[in-house]
Amino acid sequence: MSSRPLIVRIRNLFKSYRRGSQMLPVLNDISLDIEEAEFMALMGPSGSGKTTLLNLIAGIDRADSGTITVGGLDITTLSETELAGWRANHVGFIFQFYNLIPVLTAFENVELPLLLSGLSKKERISHVETALRMVNLSDRMDHYPGQLSGGQQQRVAIARAVVTDPTILVADEPTGDLDRVSAEDILELMERLVHELGKTVIMVTHDPRAANKAHVISHLDKGVLNARPQADF
Amino acid sequence: MHVLKLIFKNAFRHKLRTFLTVLGVTIAILAFGLLRTVISAWYAGVEASSASRLVTRNAVSLIFPLPLSYREKIRQIEGVKGVSYGTWFGGIYIDEKNFFANYAMEPKTYLEMYPEIIIPPDHMAAFLRDRKGAVAGRKLVERFGWKIGDIITLKGTIFPGNWDFVLRGIYRGRDNTVDETAFFFQWDYLNETLKKAGRSWTGQVGWYLIVIRDPGIAADVSLRIDKTFKNSLAETLTETEKAFQLSFIAMSEAIVIAIQLVSFVIIFIIMAVVANTMAMTARERIGEYAVFKTLGFGGLHISGLIFGESMVITMTGGVLGILLTFPAAKIFSETLSAYFPVFNVATETIYMDIAASFLVASIAGIFPAWRAVNIRIADGLRRIG
Ligand SMILES: Nc1ncnc2c1ncn2[C@@H]1O[C@H](COP(=O)(O)OP(=O)(O)OP(=O)(O)O)[C@@H](O)[C@H]1O
Ligand SMILES: [Mg+2]
Repeated sequence: MSSRPLIVRIRNLFKSYRRGSQMLPVLNDISLDIEEAEFMALMGPSGSGKTTLLNLIAGIDRADSGTITVGGLDITTLSETELAGWRANHVGFIFQFYNLIPVLTAFENVELPLLLSGLSKKERISHVETALRMVNLSDRMDHYPGQLSGGQQQRVAIARAVVTDPTILVADEPTGDLDRVSAEDILELMERLVHELGKTVIMVTHDPRAANKAHVISHLDKGVLNARPQADF
Repeated sequence: MHVLKLIFKNAFRHKLRTFLTVLGVTIAILAFGLLRTVISAWYAGVEASSASRLVTRNAVSLIFPLPLSYREKIRQIEGVKGVSYGTWFGGIYIDEKNFFANYAMEPKTYLEMYPEIIIPPDHMAAFLRDRKGAVAGRKLVERFGWKIGDIITLKGTIFPGNWDFVLRGIYRGRDNTVDETAFFFQWDYLNETLKKAGRSWTGQVGWYLIVIRDPGIAADVSLRIDKTFKNSLAETLTETEKAFQLSFIAMSEAIVIAIQLVSFVIIFIIMAVVANTMAMTARERIGEYAVFKTLGFGGLHISGLIFGESMVITMTGGVLGILLTFPAAKIFSETLSAYFPVFNVATETIYMDIAASFLVASIAGIFPAWRAVNIRIADGLRRIG
């Protein structure tokens, strides 16, 4: 289909949660490939394990078995500390509820992940300004999240996600809390990240219109995955 | 952006809650500081006593006198540099609630032994000239608004009758550990009046004050003095001034222990209050801490944020409490000067305030930090929304 290199390679992934004495299987033998600069939408009914899968790819949860290789590194072999360092360098997160720190300005929120990078103050400022310019919020740098609309907050969150220039971007229902116009806005921005910056985006969504922007839509149902490339990809 | 800024912003996010917690810490540290000051005031007499002064009293009890004739014998004992004597008068000024220490003493020798008591030379000369003369401490004089030349009448308790004295001198302490609330007059005046009235206690003294050549020989000299008067009519008990002072305090030791206990209970309570504030705060922010962890911040960063916030809140209250301790102690010292002639906030008390604040802040941060560090990120993120 395509000869672009694989950025995410998942093989035989199992994950279950314990509820009391019972084991509740959530992901059942998942295998998945995601190419570089691919925009993938992950759909499926509520409770099907979308967030769980996304968290495993992003290294904030642990699988029971299977391998997850991101950019050539099997992250299932990393320790907690190594994983934290890996996330800081390789993953950008976009959440449904933006998850900005309310006592920090837009600028400071975007700067946050750079504090772990060892960049100088000057470099950090230039990175943050670039990221905020990209999401078209240069004029709102000193605003606090409470002073921004939902769509603007999500744009700040996107700037925070890309400011470290990560390998992959994961987004869990990034438009789930937004009105149509703002949602459009955010999706356009994500498309630009893929096309202009060559980012790899994995997005969980319930919204078919959002999913239509993606190159690939994967459906997760009862812990089983079936991928289906978009016709125009 | 500075991490400190984030800590400060976090600390003052809930204005009312933080204000109330800071207020609580302020009051707790203030109360703790005052109670510690009461305890040190209790021991002020002991602290101020000199290691080279001995007190000889009747072995049976302080309420029995010793003959004046012992003076010469004591003077001849090896190691003794000087001897003086005094008698507790226990007079009441107008009303019992006006209590202050008052005693008769041999003026020249007694004051020589107390270099920490400073009397202007003209006052001293006037005092020595007047048989009915008396000297009072600066604080005592201020308390009753006395002036030099005033006639001060004390109602005798041990020695009945109204006794008139003329205020001839005002003394100051060499430093703030010296009691400036005492009142003393000439032993000769007491003795002659008693003699004229044909009373007991004539030619008798309440205690001998002895200066020795070197603090190291205190035990030996004490033994020698007491041996000299063994099997006499009035056997003696000699001890250092410090031990003598301590024997008074020993009677009220239980109260001191109770105060000590209360002071620690206060710290314990405020620990619970701050811990509760921090637990509430951390519970609300569990999602935020999960975001920090998602971005790659480690356990040290998260604990730093939480302990930092606990420190900011507690130290703000602690510093305010310490600052308030000084004016509060001044008011205390003015109203309670009868009970605590020396009431100073000791440096150790401030150190203890700081230590207590640190302890409170650290312990209050432990549980929230532990929770925030150990919660799984995926679970923390699920709490949002
Ligand atoms: N920490 C947990 N402990 C127990 N069960 C869990 C835990 N987290 C998720 N689950 C269960 O795992 C299943 C998958 O959850 P997940 O959040 O991945 O679903 P989802 O597809 O993202 O759903 P939604 O579309 O509603 O967000 C659900 O049945 C959920 O109840
Ligand atoms: Mg989900």
